[in-house]
Amino acid sequence: MGDPGATGRFGDFGGRYIPETLIPACAELDRAFRSAWVDPLFRAELDGLLTNYAGRPSLLYEAKRLSAVIGCTLLLKREDLNHTGSHKINNVLGQALLAQRMGKPRVIAETGAGQHGVASATAAALMGLECVVYMGEVDMERQALNVFRMRLLGAEVRPALSGSRTLKDAINEAMRDWVASVETSHYLLGSVMGPHPYPWMVRELHRVIGDEAREQCRALLGRDPDVVTACVGGGSNALGLFSGFAELPAVEMVGVEPDGGAAVGRGVPGIVHGSKSYLLQDEYGQVMEAQSISAGLDYPGIGPEHAHLDASGRARYEKVTDAEVLNAFQVLSRTEGIIPALEPAHALAWVLRAKEELAGKVVLLNLSGRGDKDVAQVAEILDRKSDG
Amino acid sequence: MADVVSLDAHLRTRRDAGRKLLVPYITGGLGHDWAEVVRAYADAGADAVEIGIPFSDPVMDGPTIQQASEVALDQGANLPGILEELRGIDAGVPLVAMTYVNLVFHMGYARFAAEAVAANVSAVILPDLPLEEVGEWEPYAVEAGLATVQLASPLTDDARLARLCARSQGFVYGVNLLGVTGARQDLSESSTVLAGRLKATTDLPVIMGFGIGTVSHARAATAQADGVVVASALMRLRLDGAGPEDLGAAVAELRAGLDEPR
Ligand SMILES: Cc1ncc(COP(=O)(O)O)c(C=O)c1O
Repeated sequence: MGDPGATGRFGDFGGRYIPETLIPACAELDRAFRSAWVDPLFRAELDGLLTNYAGRPSLLYEAKRLSAVIGCTLLLKREDLNHTGSHKINNVLGQALLAQRMGKPRVIAETGAGQHGVASATAAALMGLECVVYMGEVDMERQALNVFRMRLLGAEVRPALSGSRTLKDAINEAMRDWVASVETSHYLLGSVMGPHPYPWMVRELHRVIGDEAREQCRALLGRDPDVVTACVGGGSNALGLFSGFAELPAVEMVGVEPDGGAAVGRGVPGIVHGSKSYLLQDEYGQVMEAQSISAGLDYPGIGPEHAHLDASGRARYEKVTDAEVLNAFQVLSRTEGIIPALEPAHALAWVLRAKEELAGKVVLLNLSGRGDKDVAQVAEILDRKSDG
Repeated sequence: MADVVSLDAHLRTRRDAGRKLLVPYITGGLGHDWAEVVRAYADAGADAVEIGIPFSDPVMDGPTIQQASEVALDQGANLPGILEELRGIDAGVPLVAMTYVNLVFHMGYARFAAEAVAANVSAVILPDLPLEEVGEWEPYAVEAGLATVQLASPLTDDARLARLCARSQGFVYGVNLLGVTGARQDLSESSTVLAGRLKATTDLPVIMGFGIGTVSHARAATAQADGVVVASALMRLRLDGAGPEDLGAAVAELRAGLDEPR
């Protein structure tokens, strides 16, 4: 998983399919990131924030009780313990520093579950940047608590009212804002998608997950895991994890998508939001709406590097149903005393289903976020079930 | 049959005769009689007509064209159907298709190019296919005889502007402002600057668009540029119930305004 070069290509996927007005900004961002990423001062500043502000390194926890149930050794990479409660903080701290470096006083972000919005609002507060977050109207209802958090942090939250009123529409609105405000605003994109350099840059900013996990696993067990797995919406937490293991051919990499938003599982190549990747679309190429219990995975596309990892066979992609996810959410809560976000509960749902295949193996799962944001929604669903 | 040379020649001939070019827009499939709107535009003095193929995620479009796209899609509009209807009309002026690249990519570049030409389309505008990516599409367009129009932005630097003009076919589309489509109160200052830079760079017809809603906008934008695209203002009327005759009248008014001596 290397540098996709000036054209931002991962095999056939990626690229820079954006309006002319955004070309200079993407070129500027590419230059800024390239120079910052090899600049020891920038790296030291970012590492300092990751350690002293975000709380890294995150723990690698051996879930012994759940391991016994499954019949494997299950290790959880505890990204849920980061400040703001998910992996998203790794990316936003890096990009907010870059916004400062480029002299842009305003950041725009899209959000699905609200985690990236909260993380962006947090980084903006910390660095004194103006912050506008676009969120689908449906998601604002599902994740009301995160809307309040963002406002508390000083961000403006604007509803995306078009289309499915979820994550993809929030991205549309963010891009429309950016086309008009690009001279003063940085688009703080929340996953490994969009035009080059975003898919590569966001992956690099999350690489810390995989690098830590590899060393922690060796320290804990004296060996590498057999399987690493993570949920995939746009795919940032998964690529962060995978980047620590891709060079180890014996380690299997498994991305888990929601059944109703399985871009690898059911999509065909397409071009939207700045890159070519797999995409759920109808027979005419209109982008379809994803359907998932988890707002953070409710996206019809996937980052282009995942499309390439699938096409090249280096990673494999599975899909799980909402019912399996609800079960996994409760299983982890009860057996380990850890309430996961609905997103990483997808990865766990696959592990629970694949227990025969995983018997005796070391499985390292990225627990990308904590479940506080989801408990109200899950309570409602479980209530409805017990009533019905 | 329509081809690159004919669009280019058609627009240049008119421009060189001292006429300012008027390119009104219609969202394909918006209302059962949308194809009659194309003819009404032509009869009212359009020099070419831009046909928008509605897409689910139009990131370069403001509220009016977003709504027009949504309504058309709800009414069952799709790319093959729109091309089919275009095949049946003789507008008498060149047709320019505007859409987002995914619809074209999904149909297949070769097939789209051939079917567009068969539907009398002379050129395409793909706002999310910049110079960096246009190479994957261009050979198919060239093979079919379809022009690919490049868009220039106020932020495009001089070196890139030159490359972009050299690559553009039929005309060059100057984007007046930083932002999405939609009628604005005033014509942005960046319009005049970009029009001047484009005229200094290329002999291709220079047509400006985004935010042009009135005769006075159109006149101001063509002080230097060769023509204008008018889209959202017409689609606002269409969404409010305007039929082919009303829209023809709106275009006739723009035509008269552009033709008035300066
Ligand atoms: C906890 C958590 N995990 C995962 C995701 C999905 O994003 P990605 O696939 O980029 O990791 C989200 C998105 O909101 C999230 O909040």
